[in-house]
Amino acid sequence: MTLPNGWEMVVGLEVHTELLTKSKLFCGCANHFGAEPNTNICPVCLGLPGSLPVLNREAVDFAMRIGMALHCTIAPSTFHRKNYFYPDQSKDYQISQYDLPINSGGYLDLPDGSRVTIERAHMEEDTGKSTHLGGSGRLAGADSSLVDYNRCGVPLVEIVSGPDIRSSAQARAYAGELRGILIATGASDGRLEEGSMRFDANVSIRKSGAPFGTRCEIKNLNSLRSLQRAIEYEALRQVELIEEGGVVRQETRHWDENLGETSTLRVKEDADDYRYFRDPDLVDLAPDQAWQDRVRAALPPMPAERRGLVVALLGEPSEAQLDAVEVVIDLGLEKYVHAVVDAGSDAALAVARAANEIAADVDHVDNLSVEAFVTTLTMEQRGELSATQAKTVLAELLAHGGDPRAIAADKGFEQLSADSLGATVATLIASNPDEWTRYRDGDEKLAQFFIGQVMKLTKGQANGKAVIAELQARR
Amino acid sequence: MKSAMQIAADVRSGVSSASAELERTLAVVEQRNAELNVFLYVDVDGARAAASVIDSRIARGENVGALAGVPIAIKDNLCQVGIPTTCSSKILEGWRPPYNATVLDKVIAAGAVPVGKTNLDEFAMGSSTENSAFGPTRNPLDPSRVPGGSSGGSAAAVAADMTSISLGSDTGGSIRQPAALCGLVGVKPTYGLVSRYGLIAFASSLDQIGPFSKTVTDSALLLEVLAGHDPKDSTSLPEAAPSLVVHVDDGVAGKRIGLVRELYQGADDSVVASVHAAAQALRAAGAEIVEMSIPELGLTLSAYYLIAPAEASSNLARFDGVRYGLRVKADDVTAMMEATRTAGFGAEVKRRIMLGTYALSAGYYDAYYGQALKVRTLTIDAFARAYQQVDLLLGATTPSVAFAFGDKTADPMAMYLNDVFTIPTNLAGDPALSVPFGTGEGNLPVGVQLLGPGRSEAQLFAAARVLEIADGRP
Repeated sequence: MTLPNGWEMVVGLEVHTELLTKSKLFCGCANHFGAEPNTNICPVCLGLPGSLPVLNREAVDFAMRIGMALHCTIAPSTFHRKNYFYPDQSKDYQISQYDLPINSGGYLDLPDGSRVTIERAHMEEDTGKSTHLGGSGRLAGADSSLVDYNRCGVPLVEIVSGPDIRSSAQARAYAGELRGILIATGASDGRLEEGSMRFDANVSIRKSGAPFGTRCEIKNLNSLRSLQRAIEYEALRQVELIEEGGVVRQETRHWDENLGETSTLRVKEDADDYRYFRDPDLVDLAPDQAWQDRVRAALPPMPAERRGLVVALLGEPSEAQLDAVEVVIDLGLEKYVHAVVDAGSDAALAVARAANEIAADVDHVDNLSVEAFVTTLTMEQRGELSATQAKTVLAELLAHGGDPRAIAADKGFEQLSADSLGATVATLIASNPDEWTRYRDGDEKLAQFFIGQVMKLTKGQANGKAVIAELQARR
Repeated sequence: MKSAMQIAADVRSGVSSASAELERTLAVVEQRNAELNVFLYVDVDGARAAASVIDSRIARGENVGALAGVPIAIKDNLCQVGIPTTCSSKILEGWRPPYNATVLDKVIAAGAVPVGKTNLDEFAMGSSTENSAFGPTRNPLDPSRVPGGSSGGSAAAVAADMTSISLGSDTGGSIRQPAALCGLVGVKPTYGLVSRYGLIAFASSLDQIGPFSKTVTDSALLLEVLAGHDPKDSTSLPEAAPSLVVHVDDGVAGKRIGLVRELYQGADDSVVASVHAAAQALRAAGAEIVEMSIPELGLTLSAYYLIAPAEASSNLARFDGVRYGLRVKADDVTAMMEATRTAGFGAEVKRRIMLGTYALSAGYYDAYYGQALKVRTLTIDAFARAYQQVDLLLGATTPSVAFAFGDKTADPMAMYLNDVFTIPTNLAGDPALSVPFGTGEGNLPVGVQLLGPGRSEAQLFAAARVLEIADGRP
């Protein structure tokens, strides 16, 4: 989407990601989504009087991995208190990093070649979760509120981009690429629907090349689709407002997914004064070189590098193939593709089967050995299995594991011998003289007719390529 | 009254028993607590059970630790499992901690018997224990006067011979000042030497837990038990606990001790006289006394009254009626929080929350909190320079002896000035102690203060022991 009348949007994203640590940021409680309310709590995350926070080293490992993957500088950092009263925040302050974050000054390259700078990626603790009963469903006006502190103290990293994004599609691509990176680092499971990642978008508009306009922040977007829609809506709202002679007010806005619009949450003038100051209960965090080296050495390849390796196998891939590659990278299936290619079979077929058949049952991917995948695709390519049969074998392998040859035999997927296929084709030519004549005269579409007839007669056991070979031989 | 050292020796050897020592304590508490208001809660059943366990362990020949069977009083801002812990505030009404402060675990592991929780200025904010929501504590040496504060109850417990030792906390003088006013030894250890886990925070960067006792040796004994790294407190020092008792009689021969003008000028004549007499006694024991001035110390009171309230304004935010303690019902959550805090906090606590909130506010941070942090850095540097010249410093603990009730309550500044000599070490994070030396008005005790660089507690105890002997308590 482009904005009308030469307007350009300027977008920066703040992305919160929960870290996949075993325990919370400052205590030993389990960091686990979906437990019974108020079961993963202790004096520290409940903020009981006298309790003190102790920093979780595993969370620092993950934060550094994220920083390294985003080409950030890792520097000595400190923890501050962000003070505000809210019932789901057990201490009525949040421990966060302020002027000295652990990661700063990085960048993220998008698949289209554009680069978005990363201003900082800092650590902080999550809040609990309130449920407001009665009234509007928000805090104000509710009859009563219930608070679950299980999430209170769960480690977060907030990744703040520069104001470098110029379209909603680019914002979505950035968020998607960042999600892939977070998954690759092992820091996050990337499950947007569980709130593992949440997006805030700062949106302003300007005439191309002009100074930045006043920005509005859209809070708590929790899917890539809402992110894109909210940014589009907000940019257009600002264009209309200005063109009608209005002025954009700096404010925080709420995205309503159902209405498809943003609305004012609070304006800057009544924004809280968070009274940030160094948390005197915590000491400075300065990971030494050995610690940083250990983390860097354990860092796996990032999506961009992995994507490059798979795309290279495809020569000049189509759009559809590039989409399939994204699925393969997103789900971490490229080892299957590389193994097929190493065995001398077709990369395109491997990408297609991985992006469709494996992806369809990716929860059971552990049942499918790389060897079994290679064997199945080799059989398909040699004509020993039809495409339909190969898909069936893969589905069975994913469901229960096993040996592809045994599964094929068990299902009666014996390929027809060449003699038997030849006889079938000859019979069909004899009984369909008109079609045969048209095919012989160059109407290639009729190949499909004959393949369909062969399949019908052989109950799907024939290989389409082998049928075409038989037809060609008789042309 | 026997010392803790003596009680532990008697209990270990069978001359006495933990139960007998406890009953003696309970009898004195019974006799004097109504008048003095020392204990807010006496855990009679729990203490009796603990004492009897210690006695049976001793009967089985087990080693029960350095404080075997010693009754100990606990300031009521330290968490103890299942025991009401109030900080002398209505806002913690009904709250019983589900966990022990690390120092509670430590004294219990050393064989001590916690007797109950002692009165304090609400949230440790005050210098007279008059700010308690549960009434003031009286000074056992003269019940018409304050015991000092904020650890007034813990000081009075020892001064009234209820217990031989007690635990206090010191943010700007809250152990040393009541120790001085009650004629006791009181120690503010090096920041990080004693774990703060389970101490309900007033100002986290300044708070330290420490001992009260009548003798120097008992404080050394108790601090040995309290000290040491705690993985639950990030600001806890990594080093092992120091040996202190064995160094108590090391003396001061050859030591250089700075007599610091800013640490006694402006005090009452009797206090100044005691400080000079203490210097003379140390000189007589072989120390070299160096008269010196540390002008930066004149800035510390103002800096303290920005830093401590700033931290307190954040530390005390959690008392909002949502999870524990007092809740005053109201129409919505915000109104409930406001009503709860309005009803639950006393005037001094509210004053400091407002002061601290202001000092941290946008537009004022640099002028107030930021400026105070600079003064703190100057103070740290000034002390460090002083300790390049001398081993220890000497001054007064308080400007006067114990004062009468109501004397300073009308004017907060007058009350704050009581801490003018004790605050500098809290800002620096260094250790200091108060030891009785001489008397002043009304024949009441005067405390002199010894200060040292980080982890110099053994030297401080040795110097204090010299003064203790010179003051006629061999």
